[in-house]
Amino acid sequence: MSLINTTQPVIAVRNLKKSFGAFTAVNDISFCVDKGVCFGILGPNGAGKTSTIRMIYGFSPITAGDISVFGLDIKTKARIIKARIGVCQQDNTLDPDLTVMQNFEVFARYFDIDKKTAHERALSLLKYFALEQRQNARATELSGGMVRRLVIARALINQPELLILDEPTTGLDPQSRHQLWEKLESLKAQGITILLTTHYMDEAARLCDQIVIMDQGKILAQGSPQSLISEYTGSNIIEVIEPEDDLRAFSRAKGVRQEDLGHRLIIYAENGHELYREICNRFTHKSCILRSATLEDVFLRLTGRELRE
Amino acid sequence: MNVNISIRFIRIWQRNLTVYRENWKINFLPPLLEPLFYLVAFGIGFSGLIGNITYASRETSYVRFIAPALVAINIMNSSFFENTFSSFVRMYYQKTFDAMMATPLNAEEIITGEIFWGATKAAIGTTIMLTVISFFGLVSYPSGILIILAAFLGGIAFGSVGMLFTSVVKTIELFNLPIFLLVTPMFLFSGTFFPLTNLPLWAQYFALTLPLTHLVNLVRALSFGLFNLELLISLCYLIVFCLIMFPLALFKMRRRLIK
Repeated sequence: MSLINTTQPVIAVRNLKKSFGAFTAVNDISFCVDKGVCFGILGPNGAGKTSTIRMIYGFSPITAGDISVFGLDIKTKARIIKARIGVCQQDNTLDPDLTVMQNFEVFARYFDIDKKTAHERALSLLKYFALEQRQNARATELSGGMVRRLVIARALINQPELLILDEPTTGLDPQSRHQLWEKLESLKAQGITILLTTHYMDEAARLCDQIVIMDQGKILAQGSPQSLISEYTGSNIIEVIEPEDDLRAFSRAKGVRQEDLGHRLIIYAENGHELYREICNRFTHKSCILRSATLEDVFLRLTGRELRE
Repeated sequence: MNVNISIRFIRIWQRNLTVYRENWKINFLPPLLEPLFYLVAFGIGFSGLIGNITYASRETSYVRFIAPALVAINIMNSSFFENTFSSFVRMYYQKTFDAMMATPLNAEEIITGEIFWGATKAAIGTTIMLTVISFFGLVSYPSGILIILAAFLGGIAFGSVGMLFTSVVKTIELFNLPIFLLVTPMFLFSGTFFPLTNLPLWAQYFALTLPLTHLVNLVRALSFGLFNLELLISLCYLIVFCLIMFPLALFKMRRRLIK
């Protein structure tokens, strides 16, 4: 344990701020990412996730605060840091003027990797991501799932110690999503530290050891998915459709945490089996279900249910 | 401004060269065919109406007079279009610069690499054009070889101007404005198709402020093998022009790229 504590974090963010004119995108956040961890930044659209990671990989200048990556200050050592990380941006940044293999070779040149090494690494990465058949295809001829795999594969050409992914599975079909998750899990098993942003809670719950939930530029909660669930929602959720007023009065009297959405009452309960049975027996209602709490419940509780944008 | 440009800008240049080589057959065609079209149109169709004209107090054929201007126009078009439409597509639609900025490359190197590539493309086109027009005996050597260097210098000049527009336009259609207001008037009024002395005096002075006038002067003097004062003045003008426009393009474009 002491060994882990003395290890320097891969990313240390302290009192970070980012403003665009009068708009504050990131407002005084701090967190650390330890080596070998998969760290997720969650938040609704416009929460400041992308602004945060762009500052971490040296794309955007910092308005205030500090970021160190591998113990190096991003403000002065961006080039050295960037050589040691792999970045998969939200947009498809594959070079459409080039073939798949050329994409690797040209990208490798940006890192001063020689052509022979680049070619060998590209072949093994293509194989790993099941794309070896497509090495002579144009980057524009690939499906959405292939493009995303290829962008991640290309981000690994410099054998990074840290992989940064901005919404890696947005827009992918379930098959592609699951395949990508498996690949990311096995990269993590190889010891690569992963930092990702997402607004898919199932993705965060499956991949991430540690998460922060952000909204309006601030961190609302931080911890492992399981600890966040037990802290903010309890282990179970009871959902009642079209609840009667008696039930509302009953649950209020019980003093349980709840959220009243009008046509739907959501009760957060630790070990809610007994409460569930009681509700089922004593009240008539259209439908009542008991389920395990998920990260999505935590997320909605913390960030509210109003639409964004 | 804290400028941080390393030799790594060559990586961006190499990226563009790789793409250029992929399509070299298409890329070689315009500089190969365009001078032929012009020479047929002006040499056979037009010069009968004009006969010989006087350049640098000597009689010369009209075709020999306009051939270097065609080279200069091609340098302007090639680099200006490369650093407007092509750079804009790479920046805005293809996100090529975004990908580069997540590697050890920085914004200044990307912009420098793009402008140097535009100049290189102009120099390649010039080499092809020179080869073609040399078959018609329209270029004096060895001074004609220096036109390739002039092409690179002119390419930096016009590429920087193009990049300056790329740093400000919101949509790609807006490039039509500088083309209509700058490129086309220069194409016609920079001593390209007729000697500047045919214009009224005020227009002659105005033409002397235009960069294409000086590129035409430079290329024409070299193609006639005349190392005169006019050549020196035009060379100095173009160097100063680059020294102003290149940092300006770098500064404005950096503000667009870094968010």
